[in-house]
Amino acid sequence: MKSDAAAHKATQRRSARISTARADTGGVTTRPARRGDLEEVIAIDAAVTGIVKRDYWRSIYRRYGDGAQAGRQFLVADLAGRVCGFIIGEVRDWEFGSPPCGWVFAIDVDPEARLSGVGTRLLAAICAGFRRAGVTRVRTMLARDNTLILSFFRSQGMMAAPFIPLEIALEP
Amino acid sequence: MKLQKNTSLALYSVLEFAADPTRHVSAADIAAKYDVSAHHLAKVLAGLARAGIVESVRGAGGGYRFVGNARRLTLFDVIQTFEDPGLHETDHRERGERTPVGQALGAVLSEIDQTTKATFSSITLATMLSLIERQQRACLMPSSPATTAAQTRAAKRAR
Ligand SMILES: CC(C)(COP(=O)(O)OP(=O)(O)OC[C@H]1O[C@@H](n2cnc3c(N)ncnc32)[C@H](O)[C@@H]1OP(=O)(O)O)[C@@H](O)C(=O)NCCC(=O)NCCS
Repeated sequence: MKSDAAAHKATQRRSARISTARADTGGVTTRPARRGDLEEVIAIDAAVTGIVKRDYWRSIYRRYGDGAQAGRQFLVADLAGRVCGFIIGEVRDWEFGSPPCGWVFAIDVDPEARLSGVGTRLLAAICAGFRRAGVTRVRTMLARDNTLILSFFRSQGMMAAPFIPLEIALEP
Repeated sequence: MKLQKNTSLALYSVLEFAADPTRHVSAADIAAKYDVSAHHLAKVLAGLARAGIVESVRGAGGGYRFVGNARRLTLFDVIQTFEDPGLHETDHRERGERTPVGQALGAVLSEIDQTTKATFSSITLATMLSLIERQQRACLMPSSPATTAAQTRAAKRAR
């Protein structure tokens, strides 16, 4: 089994590779989300999910946005002053006995800006933040039938985690 | 989970070809590397050629080369060419499968099938090639001090 130090070095190498591999993302930068980005974030989310969730995004911004608690990140990809994608995550401590790890729970790239490395950049940026927060592992949970997003995370080297999500419908 | 022999062979071959699409790889090389008869491999390669994944190269050296799109072709696509990847989504059910016990067992098997399908259909050949590269790098990396100490202790105990 690889030690955490080795895993950390491998992750560093991978993200170095990620950041140099995609020349076509030229012009895109990643930065923490600002209040003024919210409308664009809401629009991208609505384009992907078909639902405008203004209240939800305001509360997400309060929890994860500008100046949020350490370990929480809400980042956007900025192309010439226009938001073309976002990613949100946080460090979760000792959830189900697992040592602290980074959790990515939302990522969306504007359909017009896809396949040019924006998603890769956002993930590399949030991973850099997790590393600064001292964690050496990143997890996410995806819908089994969302092949697009599964392929994306797989392409970044992610593999199945040693957990199985379970659910039950609550009877009335 | 075990794939049929032809399917595994197809995946080995496709990944060998896709690793360098400009290279013509001879069937004999692959047969030797994976320890299978050239005759058996020829049938598998013909299947891959029919599916438009590889193309045979005539002339000196002969062989095959990859002609698919490694960034979009998934393990599921290749597997599907050779076997029905299980998936108990058939209309025809044995009588036992229609009983309450059979239906409950079917629900569990279908959970497994769906995870299998999601896994195979989200891993492209390009993703596999990166995985191979990472594993090779990990093998080349010197063991960490922690691992080495643990290995030494285990070796001492074994003596
Ligand atoms: C998944 C997503 C974030 C990818 O963003 P992106 O900017 O297009 O990603 P990148 O350009 O960095 O792609 C990186 C790799 O991901 C994989 N990938 C991305 N889109 C893909 C597609 N349509 N098909 C197959 N693989 C794909 C590829 O391996 C790609 O590398 P390649 O371009 O060298 O082939 C974007 O498609 C998206 O926002 N989808 C909707 C997400 C969603 O459903 N969110 C709601 C739940 S949180």
